[in-house]
Amino acid sequence: MSNLLDIDNLTVTFPTNNGPIDVVKGISLSLGRERLGIVGESGSGKSMTGRAILKLIRSPGRVKADRLSFDGIDLLTRRERDMRAIRGARISMVMQDPKFSLNPVMSVGDQIAEAIKTHQRLSPSQVRAKTLAMLKSVRIEDPERVLGLYPHEVSGGMGQRIMIAMMLVPEPDLLIADEPTSALDVSVQAQVLDIIDNLVTSKGMGLILISHDLNLVASYCDRILVMRAGEIVEECAANKLHAAQHPYTKGLLASMPRIDEDREWLPVFERTSGSQT
Amino acid sequence: MGWAVNKNDDTAIAASQTEALSRYFARAVQVGTAFAKFVATIAVTFLGLAALTFFIGRVVPIDPVLAMVGDRASNEVYEAAKIEMGLDRPIPLQFVSYIWDVLNGNFGLSISTRQPVIEDLIRVFPATLEMATLGIIIGIVIGVPMGVTAAAHRGSWLDQVIRTVGLLGYSIPAFWLGLVGLAIFYARLRWTGGPGRIDVFFDGMIPPVTGMLLIDTLIAGEIDVFWNAVSHLVLPATILGFFSLAYIARMTRSFMLDQLSQEYVTTARVKGVPEFFVIWRHAFKPIRIQLITVISLSYAGLLEGSVMIETIFSWPGIGNYLTTALLNADMNAVLGSTLVIGAVFIFINKFSDVMYRILDPRARS
Amino acid sequence: MIISKQWLLDDAPKSRTQAQLGRLYVVCLQLAHNPLAVIGAIIIGGLIITALFAPWIATHSPIAQDLSNRLLPPSSTHWMGTDELGRDIWSRVVFGSQITLTIVMLVAVIAAPLGLVVGAIAGYFGGWADRVLMSITDIFLSMPKLILALAFVAALGPGIENAIIAIAITSWPAYARIARAETLTIRNAEFVQAVKLQGASSTRIIARHILPLCTSSMIVRVTLDMAGIILTAAGLGFIGLGAQPPLPEWGAMISRGRVFILDQWWVATMPGFAIILVSLGFCFLGDGLRDVLDPKHGSE
Ligand SMILES: Nc1ncnc2c1ncn2[C@@H]1O[C@H](COP(=O)(O)OP(=O)(O)O)[C@@H](O)[C@H]1O
Ligand SMILES: [Mg+2]
Repeated sequence: MSNLLDIDNLTVTFPTNNGPIDVVKGISLSLGRERLGIVGESGSGKSMTGRAILKLIRSPGRVKADRLSFDGIDLLTRRERDMRAIRGARISMVMQDPKFSLNPVMSVGDQIAEAIKTHQRLSPSQVRAKTLAMLKSVRIEDPERVLGLYPHEVSGGMGQRIMIAMMLVPEPDLLIADEPTSALDVSVQAQVLDIIDNLVTSKGMGLILISHDLNLVASYCDRILVMRAGEIVEECAANKLHAAQHPYTKGLLASMPRIDEDREWLPVFERTSGSQT
Repeated sequence: MGWAVNKNDDTAIAASQTEALSRYFARAVQVGTAFAKFVATIAVTFLGLAALTFFIGRVVPIDPVLAMVGDRASNEVYEAAKIEMGLDRPIPLQFVSYIWDVLNGNFGLSISTRQPVIEDLIRVFPATLEMATLGIIIGIVIGVPMGVTAAAHRGSWLDQVIRTVGLLGYSIPAFWLGLVGLAIFYARLRWTGGPGRIDVFFDGMIPPVTGMLLIDTLIAGEIDVFWNAVSHLVLPATILGFFSLAYIARMTRSFMLDQLSQEYVTTARVKGVPEFFVIWRHAFKPIRIQLITVISLSYAGLLEGSVMIETIFSWPGIGNYLTTALLNADMNAVLGSTLVIGAVFIFINKFSDVMYRILDPRARS
Repeated sequence: MIISKQWLLDDAPKSRTQAQLGRLYVVCLQLAHNPLAVIGAIIIGGLIITALFAPWIATHSPIAQDLSNRLLPPSSTHWMGTDELGRDIWSRVVFGSQITLTIVMLVAVIAAPLGLVVGAIAGYFGGWADRVLMSITDIFLSMPKLILALAFVAALGPGIENAIIAIAITSWPAYARIARAETLTIRNAEFVQAVKLQGASSTRIIARHILPLCTSSMIVRVTLDMAGIILTAAGLGFIGLGAQPPLPEWGAMISRGRVFILDQWWVATMPGFAIILVSLGFCFLGDGLRDVLDPKHGSE
């Protein structure tokens, strides 16, 4: 089976007043139809990696790579026009905070319908049926009502489920979820992740789950990459975490509170230069 | 009328109807309160405006009577005016009677036209309205796409050009541009009509209905005169349009830049939405509401711009009326025009506030 | 005391002056990277130099009439031609820069502090003081500036002093709004509470701690407003309510050249170019300053 995604030596560069800085420093990874987790502290370049896959780094940012191929398609040489046929339809991304990532002046229904209509020619009634079915599958009980709501009228958890529905409705092969629960109440985080997990597994999609929370990634992914300051410092299977080698990963593990906790202070990281947020 | 049905015997229907009715009623109360607040703020601001013109007319001049009648007036006229203006009474009383007069549309007589100022204003206002309306249309039609384009191509040479055009709109004196425009497009090239609203030849041919010549000529079925009026209107309106365009384009650009950096614009790109729709559907749609405010402000600002342009183009509108009054020290006419322009200004501003609240789904609930 | 680059860029300045000069230096450095701002600064610098050295820059007297040389087109002796009284337009434009500079400086000196104080008082004390001051401000703001200025000049009588007063009266409310908004954000800051605890009087807090913090946004706003002030002053001059003849005020010059626009175009157009150039200079500089001093509202 060929890989879904192959990345070789990916670099993302931003010019700054003190010269260009690499926020992603030549990382390589490959992914099948599996669940990959990327962890790292804030500012370590996780989001930039996710966006680079979609070629959505806006200028003045620049993306370089030796290889960036998705399902046998070379993304590097694809023009902007052709990328559009891939975005949404083949690779999709759930963004962090539904409060900011949903358009405030478009109704929920219109936003989901747009995702369908961008890639498929369907009659209005088919679009509607598809939208309703998708909303049902993210466990929204009264989809008819939700269709007409505006984003500011729904809760964070509901907003993120709408986001997931919108991103999965064109049935992509790869879903990138960039901190999909960081902006949510703890009470709904597990629910949202379960929905993602269920849909991804049942449709046999690939998943890249980006988070700063090692625990969470460990319980929803098969494989884990640890990023720090734009580099991958550790790669291991989720169930082999305890055997992690890199001191940074050990540090991440150590800074997680445990139930049988007796430390007064959780260890914190020394900030490295070049990884400011 | 809806509630006649209420007599229906079926209690269930009646109940649901009562519920609908009370919801309707609650909504009506809500709208009513909003409207009452709207009227109240307008009233308060208007009172303030009247206080301001009162202040300018009666308090600022060392001798308000002299300011009113001019220094050529005879002694009798002076004394008569003093009594008529009630200047022998204390200032608060004067203010009350001034407000009363204003409310009754009594702005006094104009010393240059010898007519009630209010009648003069009603006569000249449509000419200004016509020119400003065409001006704002030009400003919107060109300015908005310019601003959007500049933002979409931020930093490019196109953006620089549009920004510079915008700043030129803040730097060119309107009267100078009018003068140069007349010299080039009317005198030299003969592309447009000259000063005035219409060739002298057609004067008095069109019975005033709305006071706006483009409409009145069509009502009268005089196509030739219509085109003549257009040829006269096009230059001053384009110049006014340039000034509103500068402002509208600049604001549109800055709103769009703000939008284009929003997360939901990225969301749209992630979905694979073509750039044209990303810009016009996702980034532009949310700023339409902000643009209403900008356009209203700009429309109101054209009233101001029209003062200069009308002077240059001998346009018989409120701006021309005001400058003529200023030069003749015709204080009643000055204060009357100031009050009317100010009132229109305030009304447009408040109106845009209300529109904002009605149109923004976030403010609606 | 040696002013070195290091001293200016010191991270831990030892005196208020050093900190302020250091900040000024950084602002200038950043401005120097913005081409439009540099152009603006050069234009404004040119305006100031022209005004200061007008007698040496002008080639003729700005008021001496020479009826035998009326309405001459631009030439090597009369760079911008002559007007209907045979006066050299270039020299009049050069001397006119003094008038323009005086107007903008006086308006700034009157309106900005007035607005600053009104806004700071309203924001600092809140309550009824705020309500009264801001209602007055809002009434002024609800009127178009030019119309209001015209009405004031009509009441005060024509003349350049009255024009300046009228423009200042119509300009301060915008500054009051800004100062109030800034004050509201600073008022509850911890350092203000701290000096309050030390027993500082309200006057002292406003004058020493709040007003200085409003200055950068005020400078931006005043610079951006300069173009509008110049245009209003020229407009008043053009209508005949501002500077009176024979003062070589640019707006008044355009007004006199109006009759000759068809055959002797230079009489009216030359002063117009001066107005545009100077206004554009202030716009460029203001835009640049805003990007540096007030990045959240800047267009970047
Ligand atoms: N426009 C930009 N210019 C310069 N640096 C940027 C820009 N956008 C992001 N960065 C930097 O890129 C780094 C990685 O950001 P990101 O991928 O968002 O981190 P995270 O791991 O928290 O998702 C951060 O250090 C950030 O400062
Ligand atoms: Mg991130």
